[in-house]
Amino acid sequence: MKSGGVVFAIKPFSMHDGPNLRTTVFLKGCPLRCRWCHNPEGLHVDSLVVHDREKCIECGTCLEVCPHGALGSVNLGQNEKLGRCQLCLTCVDACPALARQSTGVQVTVPEVMAQLLKDLPFYEESGGGVTFSGGEPLFQPEFLKALLEGCGNHSIHRAVDTSCFADRRVVESIAEHTDLFMVDLKHMSEEAHQEAVGVGVATIHENIRMLVQMDKKIRLRFPLIPEFNDGDENIRETAAFVEALESVTRIDVLPYHQTGSRKYQKLGLQYAGSDIGIPDQQKITAVVEAFRLRGLEVQVGG
Amino acid sequence: MNDRIARLRDQSFSQTPTLSIERALLETEFYQEHNGKYSIPVMRAQFFNYLCEKKQIYIGDDELIVGERGPRPRAVPTFPELTCHSKEDLQILNQREMAPYRIEEADIQIYAERVVPYWQGRSMRDRIFTEVPDDWQKAYRAGLFTEFMEQRAPGHTALDGSIYHYGMHDYIERIETAIRRLDYQDDGSAADRYEQLKAMKICCQAAITFAQRHALLAREMAVQEQDAQRGQELLEIAQICERIPAYAPSTFHEAIQMYWFVHLGTITELNGWDAMTPGHIDQHLLPFYDKGLVDGTLTRERAKELLACLWIKVNNHPAPPKVGVTAKESGTYNDFTQINLGGVKPDGSEATSELSYLALEVSDELHLLQPQPSVHISSTTPNRFLQKSLEVIRKGYGYPSIFNSDAVVMEQVRVGKSLEDAREGGTSGCIETGAFGKEAYILTGYLNVPKILELTLHDGVDPLTGELVGISTGKPQSFSDFDHFYQAFEKQLNHIIGLKIRVNNYIERMYAKYSPAPFLSVVIKDCITKGKDYYDGGPRYNTNYIQCCGIGTITDSLSAIKTHVFDSGEVSWPELLEALATNFSETEVLRQKLWNRTPFFGNDDDRADELMRRVYQSLFAAIDGKPNTKGTGYHLNMLSTTCHVYFGKMLGATPNGRKAGLPQSDGTSPSHGADRSGPTAVIKSLAKMDQIKSGGTLLNQRFLPDILKTDRSLEKLAALVKTYFRLGGHHIQFNIVDTQTLRKAQAEPDGYRNLLVRVAGYSDYFVNLDRDHQEEIISRTQQETC
Repeated sequence: MKSGGVVFAIKPFSMHDGPNLRTTVFLKGCPLRCRWCHNPEGLHVDSLVVHDREKCIECGTCLEVCPHGALGSVNLGQNEKLGRCQLCLTCVDACPALARQSTGVQVTVPEVMAQLLKDLPFYEESGGGVTFSGGEPLFQPEFLKALLEGCGNHSIHRAVDTSCFADRRVVESIAEHTDLFMVDLKHMSEEAHQEAVGVGVATIHENIRMLVQMDKKIRLRFPLIPEFNDGDENIRETAAFVEALESVTRIDVLPYHQTGSRKYQKLGLQYAGSDIGIPDQQKITAVVEAFRLRGLEVQVGG
Repeated sequence: MNDRIARLRDQSFSQTPTLSIERALLETEFYQEHNGKYSIPVMRAQFFNYLCEKKQIYIGDDELIVGERGPRPRAVPTFPELTCHSKEDLQILNQREMAPYRIEEADIQIYAERVVPYWQGRSMRDRIFTEVPDDWQKAYRAGLFTEFMEQRAPGHTALDGSIYHYGMHDYIERIETAIRRLDYQDDGSAADRYEQLKAMKICCQAAITFAQRHALLAREMAVQEQDAQRGQELLEIAQICERIPAYAPSTFHEAIQMYWFVHLGTITELNGWDAMTPGHIDQHLLPFYDKGLVDGTLTRERAKELLACLWIKVNNHPAPPKVGVTAKESGTYNDFTQINLGGVKPDGSEATSELSYLALEVSDELHLLQPQPSVHISSTTPNRFLQKSLEVIRKGYGYPSIFNSDAVVMEQVRVGKSLEDAREGGTSGCIETGAFGKEAYILTGYLNVPKILELTLHDGVDPLTGELVGISTGKPQSFSDFDHFYQAFEKQLNHIIGLKIRVNNYIERMYAKYSPAPFLSVVIKDCITKGKDYYDGGPRYNTNYIQCCGIGTITDSLSAIKTHVFDSGEVSWPELLEALATNFSETEVLRQKLWNRTPFFGNDDDRADELMRRVYQSLFAAIDGKPNTKGTGYHLNMLSTTCHVYFGKMLGATPNGRKAGLPQSDGTSPSHGADRSGPTAVIKSLAKMDQIKSGGTLLNQRFLPDILKTDRSLEKLAALVKTYFRLGGHHIQFNIVDTQTLRKAQAEPDGYRNLLVRVAGYSDYFVNLDRDHQEEIISRTQQETC
C-alpha cells in the first residue's frame, strides 16, 4: 500500500523526540516486544476499538449503532465480543463522549502531510522538524519513505526514531531521505537482547554501522532499565560499541518511566514492565558517569 | 536582596491595606468652602494644591525613595467626587474575606456624617447613572457590557522620557509661553484654554510644594536620627527633594524620585485606571545609570537597590476599592502598573540593556504583586533576554508577560501614529497598546460577545430575565441558513455597541467638563501646547477601546450551531434551545456531542477558526473608527481581565456545551478544555486573528512545571513564543503551575500566601482570589507533551 499507512498518533510540540520543536508521527506495528514498551498501542498494525471508562457516560449510543452486534453492554470496558468487531469504527464516530476510540487510523500520505505542514513555522523558527516514531517506523517502509520524501520537498528536517531492526536494504533506502536517526542501544548481549526484546541485536548493530558508513547523523540512546542493562559490563560494552563508530561521540541516557502503564489498562493488556523499578537520581548519575569515564558525551533525556 | 530591601519588602508584603479618609475629608472641606469661586479646572488644581499642602506626609525607616498617596504605606484614599462609598460599602470592604481594606468604625462614622452627605448626588457616578437611558441600563444590568468610568476615572496611561529632561519649572515656563500665545481674537476657546493652562501651572507648583515638605521632614528627621549613616541618607533625601521635581534630575537616584513624585501626583489627583506606568523605564534610566557608573557615584548593586525601592513604593499602593456589588465580589489589590522592558528605541534600534536585565532581576527577587514586568521582544532583541525572562517565568509567578514589540508598533502605525511615537509606546495595564506620554487610550468597558449570541437565539430577549434587552431579529427557526442567522447576530451586536458608544461619549464629555486632570495633563504631550485637558482631547492621540470578551466561547458556540443545526441537521432548533433552557440537565448526551463533536477554536482547525475571523471582523467593523468626542475614535481590544468570570455568570448555557454560569473563555484564549491539539495549534489558531487591527490581545498558556525543567525545554518554549510573534501575535503569558499545587493552596492557604499566578493580563496571589477565579485558573487547559 504505497499511498497510505496506519498511524496511532500525530503529536505536535513533542519535547522529547529530537532536536527543537517537532511533530512526531507514530506509525503502527513493531517486530520487537520490549517488556518496558510505553507505546503498546503501536505494537500491532491492526487496530483495536478500545473503551475509556473514565469518559464513558453510559448513553448506549455505541450499542445502538454497532452494525455487527459486537458490543454486549456499555460499560463492560472491553470489546467483549471482539470476535465480531469488523473495525468499521461506526461506534467510534458516533460516541458523543469520545469514550470509544480506535488505537489506529488508516491515513493517506497527503492527509499526514497536511497535518505536518501546519507546524512548518515552528520547525523553521526553532530548527526542528518531524520525527517518525512508533511502533517501529521501518515496519511500514513504503509509507515512511513517502512521508520522508514529502517532508524533504518542504525542506523539513526529518528524524527517524527506530530500533534499526529491519532488512539492510530497507534501512538503506530510508536513510537516503533521513537527516537524523535516533536508535536505542538496549543491550549489547545477543541473548539478553533476545530475551527482553524478542529479537537479536546483531542486525541492529550492522545497520547502525552501515548508517555511520553512509555518513548519516545518528543519536544513540541508552534506555536505562534497572536490573536489565545497567550492569558494569553492559555499560562498558555499550561505550566500546559507540567509540568504535568514530563519528558518534555522544549517548543519550533515557531513564525508564512508567507513564505507559495506564495505556495497557485502557487496552486491557497486562503490562510486563510493572515490576521494573524507576531509576533514582543516584542510579542515573552513576550510569552517566560511567559513560563519561569512557570518553562519551552524555545527555539525560532525548 | 539586601537587608534594607528585605525589610521594606516584608513590610509592604505583609501589611493589610487600610482605607484612609484623609483625602475625602480634605476634599469635602475644600469644596464646601471654595466651590463656585473658580473655573472647574482651576478648582481641581486648587484642590490638588491644597492636598499637597495639607496631607500627612511620610518618610519610613530604610526608605530611599519617598512619598505616599495616603498617610502611610498601604493606606488608600477614596475619591468621593467620582464615586462615593456608602457606610455599607465601607463596612463590606472592612469585613470581606478576599482583599479587604481595613477601616476603623469611628472613621466610617465620620465618613457617613461628613463626606457622604456632601458627595451623594454630586459624584460623577451618581450623575452618570441619573443620565443614562433606560435601554442602556437594561443592557448593563443584563451583563452585556461594563462601564469603566462609573467607578474610576479614565486612565491607562504611561509616560515617555520627558520628565527626565524637564523639571516642573520647565513645564511652568512652557505653560506660560502657551498662555502668552493665546489668541483671544481668533480663537473662541482661548478663555477655556487659559483656565486649563492656569490649572496646570498651579499643579506644577503644588508638586514642588509637596516635595519641599518632604525635604523639610527629612531634615528634621536627620537631626533626630541617632544612626549616622541613616542621618546621612536622610540629608541626601532632603537634598533630592529640594531639587526634584522642580528641576530635571541629574542622577539615577533623582531620576527615580522624579518618576515617583509624578506617579504619586497622577494617582492622587484622580483614581485613574491602572494607576500610572513609567513606560520604558530601562531606556529612560539608562543614561543616568551609565553616567553614575562612569563617574563612580553609582554601582550596579546601588542601582538595583534603588530600583527595588521604587518597586516597593508601587506595591505600597493597592488599587482604590470599588463600591456596590463589586465591593463584595471582586477585588484585587493590583493597580496594574506594568513595567515595559526591552523593545526598541524610537529610532528603531535595539533597546535591551543591562538595566533591562537588572529590572528583571529585581522583579524576580522581590516577586511582589506590583509592579508587574513585561518583556518586549522585537526581531532585534537578543535571544538571551527572552531566555532570561523565561527563566523567571519558569518559577511560576506568572510574570513577566511577553509582548511582540514589532506588532505593538504596527498596531499604532495602522491607526495613524508616527513611527517614532509608536516605538516609544508599548503596553500598559494588562495588554493595552498606547503611545506612552502622548496618548489618552481609554478603556471604556468590556463587551459580553457570547451574551449577544444568547440574545440572538432568543429574538433579543435575555432568557435569564425574560426582558427584551436587544432588538427583535427573529426566532432562530426562521433563518433558512447559517448566514442569515449570523446576520441577525451582527444586528444585535451593532445595536449593543451603539448603546455602549452613545453612553461612553456622554460620560467622556462629563469627565472633560467636570473632572479634568490638570496635573496629568502637564506630563502628557500636547496638552500644554493645545491648552486642553487630558480628558478633553489634549493629548496628541486620543483612543477609546472597547474590550471584547469571550471570542473562544462565541466561536465554539457558532461552530456548534453551524455544524449540528445547519450543516448536518442532526440537532433541531427546539432541541437545542430546550437543552440550553434546562442547562442540559436532561440532555447530557447532546451536551457531550456538542462539546466533543464540534470543531473548536484553538486547534488550528479552519472550520472553527474561520468563524472566529468572521466574528472578529464583525467586531472590528462595528467598533473601529467610530467617533469619540475628541475628533478621533474607537478601536477594539481583545482583553477580558477577570470579566469573563462575571460575564459567564450572566450567561446561560451555551451551544458549545458550556453550562450556565461558568466562566467564558478568557482574553483571546480558547475555551477552557477546548484546545486539545497542543500549544502550537493554539498559536496557529490565534495567528489567524488579524491582531494588528486590535489594541491588544491576550493569550494565556498553562504549562506543567515538569516539562520546563531543563534549559533545552526553555529554548523550545522560546521558539514557541518567537513563532507566535513571527505569525503576528501580540502577547503571550504563561502559568507554570500544576493542578495539585493549586488544590493544595486552596486547602491550606496559609502555606501559599506567596503563590502568584497569572489571572488575566496580570498576576495575583492565588489565595486572595475568590473561589470562582481560582476554579477558572485550575480549569485552564494544562499543556502537556508526549
